[in-house]
Amino acid sequence: MGDVEDIFNNYVLDRSVSQKMRKRLERHTLHLYVDGELDMKTASQLKNMIDIDIDRKGIRTVILHMDNLHFIDSSGLGVILGRYKKLLPLGGQIRLTNVPPHLYRIMELSGLPKIIEFTQEETAL
Amino acid sequence: MKSNRISLTFSSLPQNVTIARMLASTMGAQLDLPVNELEEIKVAVSEAVSNSIIHGYGNSTDKIVTLELEVSEDNLTIQVIDSGCGIKDIKQAMQASFSTDPERMGLGFIFMQSFMDDLQVESSLGSGTKVTMVKRINRQHPSSH
Repeated sequence: MGDVEDIFNNYVLDRSVSQKMRKRLERHTLHLYVDGELDMKTASQLKNMIDIDIDRKGIRTVILHMDNLHFIDSSGLGVILGRYKKLLPLGGQIRLTNVPPHLYRIMELSGLPKIIEFTQEETAL
Repeated sequence: MKSNRISLTFSSLPQNVTIARMLASTMGAQLDLPVNELEEIKVAVSEAVSNSIIHGYGNSTDKIVTLELEVSEDNLTIQVIDSGCGIKDIKQAMQASFSTDPERMGLGFIFMQSFMDDLQVESSLGSGTKVTMVKRINRQHPSSH
C-alpha cells in the first residue's frame, strides 16, 4: 500500500518534480511544503503533484505549508483554487498555513481567503 | 534621475518568467523603491509575461517575448510585447474573473491594474499584444537638493 510506504518514507524530496517541494502523507492528508516561487512554471508542477495524490491515493485533505514561499502570482492562486474546486465534490478540503504577510495581501485581493481556510502554525523544527 | 533603458528578448519558456520579473524588480531596487512596491512590480511583470506565453502564444515555447524597461524622470515604464494571437476584446479580458481557462482565476489584468500606477493594453488579432505599465517613482528623500 502506498500509504504505508509513505509513512515510512515520511519526507519525500522529489527533485524531479520541483526544485523545492517536500511532501508528507498522513492517511488521507497530504502536507506539501511549498517553498520558493509559485508561478506558471511551478504552479503546474504543484497541480500535478496534488492531483496524482488525490486521484491515486485517495487524498482528501491538502495542507499547503507556505512558510518559505517568497512569490505567488495568479497562476499559483489559480492552481490553489482549482484544487479547492476538485476536492469540494469529493468531500475534501485544502488549507493554507503560515502564509507570509506580503503574499497574504495578494491572496486577499484575489478573494481566496473568503473560500479557503488559512491557518497559522508553530513551525516544526 | 538619470534615464536608463534595458531591453530583454527571450523565448516564451515558463522559466523565463522568473528572469523577466527579477530584472524588472532589480531595476526598481536601483531606484530605491520600497520592498512592497518591488513585490508589486514582480507580480505585475509575471502576469504580463505569463499572459503572453499562455494566451498570446498558446504555450508554444519557440516564440519571442520582449521586456522593455525604461526609467525617465519620475517613472519606471515596463513594456511586455509579444507577437501572438492578440486579444479579441480587451475590455472583457481586463474584467475580474474573466479567463479563457477554467484553471485560471482571470486576475492577471486586475493585479497589473492594482499594483501599477498606469496600465495600457494595445492588441490586434493575429499580430500581438503590447502591455505598458508605469510605476511612479515618488522620491521623498530630502537629499535631492
